[in-house]
Amino acid sequence: MSTPALKTSIIPLSLFQLPRDDRPIAIAALFIVAILVAGTSYTLWKFGSAPLLSPNYLMQQLQVGSFLGVVAAGMMVVILLGHIDLSVPWTLAAAAMMATAVGGAWAIPAGLGVGLLVGIINGIGVAYLRVPSMIFTLGVNAVMRGLMVWHTGGFAPQTAATDLMRFLAAERSYGIPHAIFVWAAVSVVVIVILQRTALGRYVYAIGNKEAAAYLAGVATRRVILTAFVLCSLTTSVAGVLLAGYSTKAYQGMGDAYLLPAIAAVVIGGTNILGGRGRYLGTLVGVILIVLLNSVLSIMEMPEAGRQIIYGLVIISMLLVYGRGERVMS
Amino acid sequence: MNRNLPDPFLTMRDVSKRYGGVRALEGVDFSCAKGQVHAVLGENGAGKSTLIKIIAGVVQPDSGAMALAGRPITFSGPAAANEAGIVCIFQELSLMPDLSVADNISIARPPRRFGLIDAKAQRRRAEELLAQIGCEDVNPLMRARDLPLSRRQMVEIAKAIGKRPQLLILDEATSALTSADVEKVYAMLARLKTAGVAILYISHRMHEIEALADVASVFRNGRHIETFARGERSNDEIVQLMIGREISAHFPPKPAPRALPPLLQIENLSWENRLDRISLTVGKGEIVGLGGLDGQGQKEFLLALFGVLRQVSGSVRVDGRPVPLSSPAAAKDPTVGIALVPEDRKTEGLMLPMSIADNLVIASLGNLSAGPFVDRVKEKAAIEAAVRRLKIKIGSASDEVSTLSGGNQQKVVIAKWLMTAPRVILLNDPTRGIDVGTKQELYRLLRELADQGAAIVFYSTDYDELIGSCDRVVILYDGRIVRELAGNAINEKNIIAASLNIAQTQAKGGAHV
Amino acid sequence: MSDAASTGRQARRNGSDLVLLLRQNAGLVTAVGLFCIVYFLYHLKHPKGFSTQVLVQNSNEIFSLAMLAMAQTVPVLMAGLDLSVGAVMTMVDCIASHTLQGSAWQIALGMVACLAAGTLAGFLNGCVVVYGRIQPIIATLATGAIYIGIALFLRPTPGGKLNEDLNWASTNSLEDFASTLGIFEDGKANWFQPIAWFPTSFVLLLLVALVVWVPFRRSVTGRTIYAVGSAEGAAYMSGLNISRAKLTAFTLAGFFAGVGGLFLAIQTSSGNADIPQAGSYTLNSIASVVIGGTSLLGGTGGAIGSIFGTCILRVISFNFRIFDIAPLLQPLFEGIVLLAAVSLGALGVLRVKNTLELFR
Repeated sequence: MSTPALKTSIIPLSLFQLPRDDRPIAIAALFIVAILVAGTSYTLWKFGSAPLLSPNYLMQQLQVGSFLGVVAAGMMVVILLGHIDLSVPWTLAAAAMMATAVGGAWAIPAGLGVGLLVGIINGIGVAYLRVPSMIFTLGVNAVMRGLMVWHTGGFAPQTAATDLMRFLAAERSYGIPHAIFVWAAVSVVVIVILQRTALGRYVYAIGNKEAAAYLAGVATRRVILTAFVLCSLTTSVAGVLLAGYSTKAYQGMGDAYLLPAIAAVVIGGTNILGGRGRYLGTLVGVILIVLLNSVLSIMEMPEAGRQIIYGLVIISMLLVYGRGERVMS
Repeated sequence: MNRNLPDPFLTMRDVSKRYGGVRALEGVDFSCAKGQVHAVLGENGAGKSTLIKIIAGVVQPDSGAMALAGRPITFSGPAAANEAGIVCIFQELSLMPDLSVADNISIARPPRRFGLIDAKAQRRRAEELLAQIGCEDVNPLMRARDLPLSRRQMVEIAKAIGKRPQLLILDEATSALTSADVEKVYAMLARLKTAGVAILYISHRMHEIEALADVASVFRNGRHIETFARGERSNDEIVQLMIGREISAHFPPKPAPRALPPLLQIENLSWENRLDRISLTVGKGEIVGLGGLDGQGQKEFLLALFGVLRQVSGSVRVDGRPVPLSSPAAAKDPTVGIALVPEDRKTEGLMLPMSIADNLVIASLGNLSAGPFVDRVKEKAAIEAAVRRLKIKIGSASDEVSTLSGGNQQKVVIAKWLMTAPRVILLNDPTRGIDVGTKQELYRLLRELADQGAAIVFYSTDYDELIGSCDRVVILYDGRIVRELAGNAINEKNIIAASLNIAQTQAKGGAHV
Repeated sequence: MSDAASTGRQARRNGSDLVLLLRQNAGLVTAVGLFCIVYFLYHLKHPKGFSTQVLVQNSNEIFSLAMLAMAQTVPVLMAGLDLSVGAVMTMVDCIASHTLQGSAWQIALGMVACLAAGTLAGFLNGCVVVYGRIQPIIATLATGAIYIGIALFLRPTPGGKLNEDLNWASTNSLEDFASTLGIFEDGKANWFQPIAWFPTSFVLLLLVALVVWVPFRRSVTGRTIYAVGSAEGAAYMSGLNISRAKLTAFTLAGFFAGVGGLFLAIQTSSGNADIPQAGSYTLNSIASVVIGGTSLLGGTGGAIGSIFGTCILRVISFNFRIFDIAPLLQPLFEGIVLLAAVSLGALGVLRVKNTLELFR
């Protein structure tokens, strides 16, 4: 029996690229424009100015967005496999707390070390023990929370971020925040992996049909482990950056990043079941979410309205290009 | 020349169906009558499957009309067809593995009490239906997934007759059954026939057709070729109608039997209770076929050689070097060089939503990379070479591989493996569901690869293939090699004898799965 | 054949049927067993163990999460997920804080409104999944945000005043419930005594499970849900109404989440749009479902198992309190136990002999 192909498929960038893949990205980009237009109209009407269009403002939004962007970059790779990483919140917090606790020259390596360790644990649980990723990473998240509560005594850690961390997260050069450079660097790494390396091909293959990838001689377990390590590493980078930006780590600092990261990946056109998606889409998704948040801030929309709009935006974008096929056989 | 059957129950007029660029059915006129077993014959890809799906309401025809007992009908789905009295037993089982046998049998319209499912009545119903086909030993409370395949197929049949069909369709419904169970099914069909049920029967087993069918229709390339009554055509004529030309033109000439240096040496390969001390040596340049009835361990044997099975005992050597048997990645490694073309190309051989290009290179990315990066120039060249060598009919290499026909999809799978330059090529029923033209190309390719020094082992359910392309044929029964045939000894009689003979002398209650 | 022989055969069959059923429900049986052990230990160590007071306290702490676990079970049975259960609970909690005031009739109507809201939310989830054809996990992530938004709209800050008697009646034993309502001779009736000590919330849980879940599971739609989770393609081929099953599954989930929210409001006597709490309840509901023996791949398990899964989760944290584990270490131990519990399924993986079976 023939399997109906997903109508809105996004085939990874191999040598040959299909134009219709760009549809979700184009739509999301249009939506960003719409947001900017709506927001600017509002500010013009209310304040007589257009702060949304000022480069300074946009830079600042992108700076804040870079933390989400870094998390979403790693999350995308895991979602491409058909998995998910729910350990982001407390991996991020733990990386931040460890970095500030260790301090000095070893601060950032300590933070990244947390990511590496968590990624390996996640990878072993999902790839080798074959526990469903949703539930395993959930458990790891709970353990990380437990560890951090124990370590900090339940209070916000008093240790501060190092100068290097502040430099990377809060400072600017030539008017561009360094955080954006970090985000750009992470993005380049992810794009290169996904598009130019065998590892990237394996990720898409496994996300499409793990059995076929396995039977083609792909070392599927190693690829899955690597993807989870990558995700936790980027999460720890975000944690280090966020601690640098806020000059210290604090309880629950990672909680606000999990669902928006997943949303950004999905809005950008990546299929939640895996196998298809372009990183450019994730980038656009992050920018969309960040801008949406900031426009709603400017409009002084209460949290209630923000949440509702957030949910409606996700649903409407998915209705346009995220729909699956009716089951036929 | 078509016959006018007495009082046709189901009539189809000028029915056509296309899937993408492939014409599955073309202007088909077809009818069948009550109280008869009507066989539908044809090669894979001839359109039988599509015909059945249309009748059963699973797909809609693009054009044409269907009528039941004189009244025109269209079906919006399988449920509607069931309402009209048309019940189909498909090749792919429609059982829910996690539900019990009783639940499965009464899945669509269970007996109810106070609006809820009456479990006791449901169980009794299951017991009655199972008894009708002689399967009283199946406990209705068992989950479908815990039953062996042949028992599941019997449950499927019980479920179908429970729907009180007026037209019953069996699509390769006996492929996994033991010979004892097959007899029970024959008896049931005979009873249904007397009760006036119309029966459509698709099978590749000529002896079954001969035993059962009152009428037969032949399909070829999506067209209805001819319908004739029992005895009107000889087997040769039937085959002629099915393939449209002589059999002997299919296969490339075999080299004369000669001594060959051993390339693949297998000793005492055992696994669970499915493989029992298999020993085999395949020479460099030799094509060895695996025969025997379905489910005797042929698939497991190939999987074991490829490293998919765990805790396999015994030894395997390629070119004298031991093979680790730990994973396909290890089997594929250039120092070993084993390739496997798997059973189900759609779920095991290809990533259907991905491009042809991606599917072609997935096993060779290591060779096509410089460091961690894929060399796109090399990749492109390799893809073009593969498409040319196997004459794969594609639009562009970036099209989704799901748009290709079955034959071309299989070519992609094989091309993928040829890119790894394997020493040993294993194939699991490679020509199932492939059109005749592509089959012939594949036979030529296999002989060519053998001539270039590969060792080839392939499992086929088609006797003609085994006879026509293999230098040697080994027959498996119950996980053991029971007979090895070479040269002129490879003929249908010997193959069937070896496949069945041992079964008949086995104690009753056969060990089939 | 003699009567004795056929009775004997029947008895043997019944015996082997029981064994079969036990084996098929191994996950549930394990969960029940584990719970009994852990809970017994708890009462042994507790200074006031085996008393109504402790039972009532435990039952109250378990109820809402148990409801959410039941809610989560239904979509999971279809190999889906509902990430909005915590949000629905929170939304209904806030609705209740507005409507559960006034006369008895008004309160009753208010309760109906709450349950209706939860059910409607679930139905909307189902519509987005079925008609929008959007994957459940992302659809409910989005609708969850909407429901939290509604909750925030209703209660930007915690507040609301609920009838105090309601709180008393619902969070104590049946005797207190009866005396508040003035029935059964204020709870002192003789025939009532054997059950008067039951915690009200426990009875509520039993009622919901027995009156809603058990019949539903035996209904055609309920079975269709299992069928869809087991093999959606085969379910379609068998002519089952898949859309209706999916819609019903999410609607039922919404209903259960609504019950949980209603109780939460009564228990806390206020409405609180607590987003972190909603998220934590949702994730804990998933853990409860898994520990209770329902497979995330669908087709097997049930809400009863999920209730026991919740009980295990909660009782383990009760035990931490009792065994004087340093409060700072409790979250860590809870996390480790959760991780270990869900990894138990990995044991099955080691037994698989054909690697292809690992890939579904």
